[in-house]
Amino acid sequence: MLSIKDLYVSIEGMEILKGINLEVKPGEIHAIMGPNGSGKSTLASVLAGKEEYEVTSGEVLFEGENLLEKAPEERAKEGLFLSFQYPVEIPGVPMVNFLKSAVNEHRKYKGEKELTAGEFLKLMREKMDMVDMHPNLTNRSVNEGFSGGEKKKNEIFQMALLEPKLAILDETDSGLDIDALKTVANGVNALRSPERSAIVVTHYQRLLDYIVPDYVHILYKGKIVKTAGKELALELEEKGYDWIKTENAN
Amino acid sequence: MSVTLEKVDLSLKYTAYYKQVKEELFEGSSDILNAQRSKAFQSFVMQGIPTRKNENYKYTNLHPSFSPEFSFAHSKTEKEADLQEIFRCDVPQLNTTLAFVYNGWFSRKSSAIDQLPKGVILDSLESISKQQPELLSRYASLADPEEDPMVAMNTAFAKDGFFVYVPKGVVLENAIQIINLMEGSSDMFTTQRNYIYVEEGAKLQLLLCDHSENQNNYLSNSVTEVFVGSNAELEFYMLQNQHNKATNIHSVFVEQQRDSRVTTHTASLHGGLIRNNLKFILDGENCEANMYGMSFLDKKQHVDNFTQVIHAKPHCVSNQLYKNVLDEQSTGAFAGRIHVVRDAQKTNAFQRNNNLLLTDEATMQTKPQLIIDADDVKCSHGATVGQIDEEALFYLRARGLDEGKARLIMMNAFAHEVIQEIKLEPLRERIDELVDKRLKGELARCHDCSYGKDC
Repeated sequence: MLSIKDLYVSIEGMEILKGINLEVKPGEIHAIMGPNGSGKSTLASVLAGKEEYEVTSGEVLFEGENLLEKAPEERAKEGLFLSFQYPVEIPGVPMVNFLKSAVNEHRKYKGEKELTAGEFLKLMREKMDMVDMHPNLTNRSVNEGFSGGEKKKNEIFQMALLEPKLAILDETDSGLDIDALKTVANGVNALRSPERSAIVVTHYQRLLDYIVPDYVHILYKGKIVKTAGKELALELEEKGYDWIKTENAN
Repeated sequence: MSVTLEKVDLSLKYTAYYKQVKEELFEGSSDILNAQRSKAFQSFVMQGIPTRKNENYKYTNLHPSFSPEFSFAHSKTEKEADLQEIFRCDVPQLNTTLAFVYNGWFSRKSSAIDQLPKGVILDSLESISKQQPELLSRYASLADPEEDPMVAMNTAFAKDGFFVYVPKGVVLENAIQIINLMEGSSDMFTTQRNYIYVEEGAKLQLLLCDHSENQNNYLSNSVTEVFVGSNAELEFYMLQNQHNKATNIHSVFVEQQRDSRVTTHTASLHGGLIRNNLKFILDGENCEANMYGMSFLDKKQHVDNFTQVIHAKPHCVSNQLYKNVLDEQSTGAFAGRIHVVRDAQKTNAFQRNNNLLLTDEATMQTKPQLIIDADDVKCSHGATVGQIDEEALFYLRARGLDEGKARLIMMNAFAHEVIQEIKLEPLRERIDELVDKRLKGELARCHDCSYGKDC
């Protein structure tokens, strides 16, 4: 599904990713962990198509096609979803209008009939229940005045509406209390299927109790320095990152 | 040196012209209008067409607008066809009493002036000033020719315009809509003088739509004087939708008595050069004044909103919100002055101007000015000039909206804050739609007419 080969990325002349290799197959969940500043969010942003990052070499194939030459909206419509670490507040853009446009852009792209307002509202209610979103929130502007937890739930709610093939969750767990964390995890697990995959970027093992990964990768100084099964997360939780730092001191 | 001479020449051209048509101006006009002409003319001679040296016109060069060889609409022309039939400024679901001003002249023939409640007057200034001069002179004029050369010029040349009178305690159920149409066979200059009187406890919603037809150069220099009695309410919507060869200079003066509420809403959708002077005098306690404005500019269009609020009495609230979206090489200006006089304690005066520049070539000048002579007041002002938030844009695109659509959504969102202040719901929806069209780069005419396809 996703194949990252020897990816180097810079921002404003500073090299952040230094040769990433990662292979995500359909149905797999990959966790990416690592200390602050190791390049986790950069990787997530580059995959989603954020423009200020410069890919200096390497390639990324998404379902066999060159992902990096596509616009962010094309990537989205082909089934890639980024759950933002910091969802943006957009005053004046009503949630409902935004979501309906997004869903219908996806449908158009797939050659499906656009949803009417009524059909969309029905779909929206269904998905809202799934992530336990308060109905009032959809009457507001996008993320405006949402609490930290509501913003993160809103990301998962959008993911549920758009049903992506590959979801990238960029520290979706940060700032969540345990109930919200479970809700978010339930949302992700509800979408799990043999065709769908996810990359879960997180600092903490906690989220991985609920979203059980197939692989855990440790990203450090722009490289994946260790890959193992879910037990690696537990090991990190216990030992911290220092041993990784020592191992990779040179 | 030659530039200076040219500017002097331009003012001289108009003074010479006044002398030439003086008889025409006086003939057929009421004494009350004629009484002010000569003095106003002298005042115009002294001031001339404003240059950028005039602090109040620093950001707007009017000289190119006055350069064409205009024909002046000093005598009344009526359109042959029934304007009501061919020209429906269509706002679905909005019931209005419709009136027309054609080339600066109130068209009684086309206006539904009989459909109003008893005592309400919607008529031509020319005839009211002759037949009921006592009505017109109920209030002292607010438009001082000494203060502004454009007001001086208007007072010297004005022969007609609309006159709206809502007597004490009358609440108008339907809005009055006045279509202000410019349609000349050549380049044309109009000078319109309007009056709006809303007496004690009365309530009026007024919608003024400026339009221009065909591709001639137009220059309109209008003055509107508004008096709002105690405990009265006025919503005054101005929809400016002309073409790129039209210059629209509109000076609006509002005086409010105690406990009154006035909202002005200026939507500048289209025009070559637009200058809106708006002056509020809050002359009674506990008044509320809301001033909203928005403009959407492209090509070489220019919009300048120049506001003044004078808090003359205590316990009043004024609130200004102006937003501009500037594309291509367009230019804009906003200058807002709040003056709280001594003893106008417990004043709340707020002002905000936000601007969105879509290109590197567009420019915006914004200048807040607070003059506060009282010591127990709450005043604030804020201005921003910026681009579309790239983070927000990326967020929308990451959900599958293409860049063009995402930008459009962001621009609409920017304007939304001003649009939502339109209390007349059908009008709000219509303007929402017009703004959306305008931002898409489509022609946003607010009427279905058979004229002018390419303006």
